[in-house]
Amino acid sequence: MNTLIEVRDLSKTFTLHQQNGVVLNVLRGVDFSVAAGECLVLHGQSGAGKSTLLRTLYGNYLPAGGSIRVQHDGEWLELVGAEPRDILQVRQRTLGYVSQFLRVIPRVACLDVVMEPALARGWAKEQAQARAELLLTRLNIPQRLWQLAPGTFSGGEQQRVNIARGFMVAWPVMLLDEPTASLDDNNRQVVLELMNEAKAAGAALIGIFHDRIARAAVADRHLDMTPAAVTEKEYADVR
Amino acid sequence: MNQALKNQLSVSTEPLLRVRDLSLLYGLEKGCQDVSFDLYPGEVLGIVGESGSGKSTLLSLLSGRLPPQRGNIGYRDKQGQWLDLYSASEAERRTLLRTEWGFVEQNPRDGLRMGVSAGANIGERLMAQGVRNYQQLRGAGLDWLSQVEIDPQRIDDLPRTFSGGMQQRLQIARNLVSSPRLVFMDEPTGGLDVSVQARLLDLLRGLVRELDLAVVIVTHDLAVARLLADRLMVMRRSRVVETGLTDQILDDPQHPYSQLLVSSVLQP
Repeated sequence: MNTLIEVRDLSKTFTLHQQNGVVLNVLRGVDFSVAAGECLVLHGQSGAGKSTLLRTLYGNYLPAGGSIRVQHDGEWLELVGAEPRDILQVRQRTLGYVSQFLRVIPRVACLDVVMEPALARGWAKEQAQARAELLLTRLNIPQRLWQLAPGTFSGGEQQRVNIARGFMVAWPVMLLDEPTASLDDNNRQVVLELMNEAKAAGAALIGIFHDRIARAAVADRHLDMTPAAVTEKEYADVR
Repeated sequence: MNQALKNQLSVSTEPLLRVRDLSLLYGLEKGCQDVSFDLYPGEVLGIVGESGSGKSTLLSLLSGRLPPQRGNIGYRDKQGQWLDLYSASEAERRTLLRTEWGFVEQNPRDGLRMGVSAGANIGERLMAQGVRNYQQLRGAGLDWLSQVEIDPQRIDDLPRTFSGGMQQRLQIARNLVSSPRLVFMDEPTGGLDVSVQARLLDLLRGLVRELDLAVVIVTHDLAVARLLADRLMVMRRSRVVETGLTDQILDDPQHPYSQLLVSSVLQP
């Protein structure tokens, strides 16, 4: 099996200096690896650290210890302790991240938001635009919205624009944080198809899916993340 | 794939700027001390921190405007030669600032020549590089005005007839016309209305990527930092207290001061 990401003894703590230095141990001793064409689903109740794990893998949260290694440009690269510019390279070519939330940039049109990951990899504009239009069509974003900045779109539309952006290019490793949450059946089906296409193309997927149908459609293995170290609510309260 | 993108895709292994132990103190914890970092081609470094933390002092030292008490700055020029900034002559430093470097001031009035036309402002650096052909200078002026979204018909107008946002965009054009490799920016959106800020930020983001510029940008606005910077340095009382990937510093700050800084921002 062609392993694309390997995580060993990963831990993540938050030290809240503004809250009398309270230390939260959110992740401890996390171990797993995911191969090409495989989907690992993170399992555990709310607050078990599922989203924290995805963010730590992406370099958005700083790991406290352990190892995250990915196959990047045909070589193993250690992400724990990597330089920012190395992480940015990995994010450009190897590691994709799809959440429910679009970070809107003022004045940037929907089509440009979706095309960006392809342009950053050096695609020709026409080729990128064709792919972006295809994805927006599949995700039922009306054509009249394509040239508008998504700031004014509904929450569901923004979510689907973000999904189109996430699937714009092929990622060897994809992190998915509830991409199907609150979508209607029709659109959820499209996202499931996109994920299965990515798997078939050889991507390793790591995802959080609360709805059973989505899990059943894509999951190959589960990672059990119980017991919870701290609930999301507790964490939010002290933060 | 064009050459610029190819360069962008292959990680440059040699930095453009190498800063070691840079210090200049005006008093206890006033100024900046012990600053070291490398900046690579195409990389955008944000320096954040509150007023008086030493951000602007550091920017003056980096850009060759103010000699440090200690430490040194190495710059790798277009020919690949390393130059020690403060061992170089005043003339060499000035040439660098007019050609391979740019500096965008917070107040466009400090960075523009208010008494000459927009076109002359843009042409100045080219003329300093020996371009004397009127058509060529005029062409560059028209081209850059449209690149920074100013009506090219305004080429003969004086900057004082421009709005604040237009003046700031003109200052950017004036700096970028000579194809610099490294640009310093001091709160470039600081004095502008919010609606004008968004447009300028969008423009800067596009230009930085297109031209593969290395940028050192000082800002106290964390939203600006998130939008433009690849990585951040957080300064407090003359020292760098934390460095890292921009979104990591903003979403998971480690140092007590960074946590205070990030949590103090009001979310609209």
